[in-house]
Amino acid sequence: MFDVLFQRGFDGRLYLEWLLSGLGWTLALAFIGWWIAFAIGVLVGVGRTSKSRVIAALSRLYVEIFRNIPVLVQMFLWYFVLPELLPTGLGTWVKQLPPPWGAFFPALLCLGTYTAARVAEQVRAGIEALPQGQEEAAAALGLSQLDTRRFVVVPQALRLIIPSLTSEVMGIYKNTSVALTIGLLELTAQARQISENTFQTFGAFASATIIYLLLALVAYRLMLWIDAKYHIPGTSPSKPARKPLFGLFGKRGAA
Amino acid sequence: MNQSNANTNVVEMIDVCKRYGTFEALKKVNLSVRKGERIIICGPSGSGKSTLIRCINRIEQHDAGSIVVEGQELTGAERDIAKVRREVGMVFQSFNLFPHLTILENCTLAPRRARGLSKAEAEDRAMHYLSKVRIPDQAKKYPGQLSGGQQQRVAIARALCMEPRVMLFDEPTSALDPEMVKEVLDTMIGLAEEGMTMLCVTHEMGFAKQVADRVVFMDGGQKIEEADPQTFFGAPENDRTRAFLQQVLH
Ligand SMILES: Nc1ncnc2c1ncn2[C@@H]1O[C@H](COP(=O)(O)OP(=O)(O)OP(=O)(O)O)[C@@H](O)[C@H]1O
Ligand SMILES: [Mg+2]
Repeated sequence: MFDVLFQRGFDGRLYLEWLLSGLGWTLALAFIGWWIAFAIGVLVGVGRTSKSRVIAALSRLYVEIFRNIPVLVQMFLWYFVLPELLPTGLGTWVKQLPPPWGAFFPALLCLGTYTAARVAEQVRAGIEALPQGQEEAAAALGLSQLDTRRFVVVPQALRLIIPSLTSEVMGIYKNTSVALTIGLLELTAQARQISENTFQTFGAFASATIIYLLLALVAYRLMLWIDAKYHIPGTSPSKPARKPLFGLFGKRGAA
Repeated sequence: MNQSNANTNVVEMIDVCKRYGTFEALKKVNLSVRKGERIIICGPSGSGKSTLIRCINRIEQHDAGSIVVEGQELTGAERDIAKVRREVGMVFQSFNLFPHLTILENCTLAPRRARGLSKAEAEDRAMHYLSKVRIPDQAKKYPGQLSGGQQQRVAIARALCMEPRVMLFDEPTSALDPEMVKEVLDTMIGLAEEGMTMLCVTHEMGFAKQVADRVVFMDGGQKIEEADPQTFFGAPENDRTRAFLQQVLH
């Protein structure tokens, strides 16, 4: 079944190499996209709980826009529409970026900003779940609002939401496949190319599927490790996000 | 204004009112606290005791009247409030330690960020006050690893690390198991003996008799009675005070 991977394509490379090159783009998108999503998500999530009406409203607007437009549509907006909206010179430059980059950057921005909206909602939920007394105690000590957020509120909120952030990490990783629609040769696109070149549809997509699953497992275990690493001594452990399939491979009896 | 008064009154509340929606939690409350005075505030549940002391560091905002703390009137200005809060320490019923920080970090955060102390200075000061509340050996632990009584003593040390001019306590022993009440009260007695200006909401009447310069009785958002402990416990003037004392003393 997997012998297709060890045949050579028209460019003389093994199909395995095609898949691995696709995997490289998938990982680059997921990894860099995640840090963009995390950075924007924390800022917007904190903004959602701001006492300033303007900041709160702007943050809300961000979340509603990026969370409610389908990812595929957003992908097209970044790729096809954005260059038209930019000043002519800049737009042309963007359109003429050499092949992988011309699709990679729009895909990166798309996934980063979309996932950021989802992260922001988790961050907001985490902040709102903290006991009121935490902010009061910080204020009573004379800490500024900014310091209160930076040293007291956000560090606790982030720890609280590690299980739901795990889902978002999985989410951005799976959504990378949408980038094939704008021509980025990531893992799914490479599987499709192999299938088209060899007519071994099953072997090609089965290989891609297995790679996706294995990596999801790695990501999940990584998040469990991060959860344990940042666990606050003397408090009860957080519940891992419910993932029945991964539960089988992961910690047993975790409830 | 009387000059000597202005210098010696740490807290001056005049006709302070506070509403939650249409509910009046404080109705024209007057209270002045001189330097070094220990004031005990008591009264039935919902009488406005917490609201009263929370207005002093503007955790709650009063709607009318004036509050002057250390010569600074509490108005909207953000910077003035921060200044006042640095001079007013507060201890809560539920401790409110920062669970993700060690005991030492709990004590050094505000001095470093709000007083601009260096890490070393802040840590020296933290260890000094942690020794004072008799838990220096727990400095590297996290709040969740300590008993309730220990946590409340850390909370006191954390407030003291800002070297405040006045300390506010809101039922500091109410959330504690009975066997831990004494260690916290002893810490507070120690503070009182050193001359710390204190306002303390508590139902611990033995403690009140021992340390109070004045006892304030609140009911229905009003200050009903204010007297020295002998008068307050021996010959209270008001019927409501008498009824309340009968409940808490028996
Ligand atoms: N945030 C709030 N919103 C609405 N009502 C409030 C709020 N905080 C307090 N109140 C009301 O104001 C009144 C006074 O509350 P406060 O907490 O000051 O009472 P207390 O004397 O401290 O009572 P306890 O002994 O139960 O702590 C109560 O009737 C309470 O229900
Ligand atoms: Mg109260």
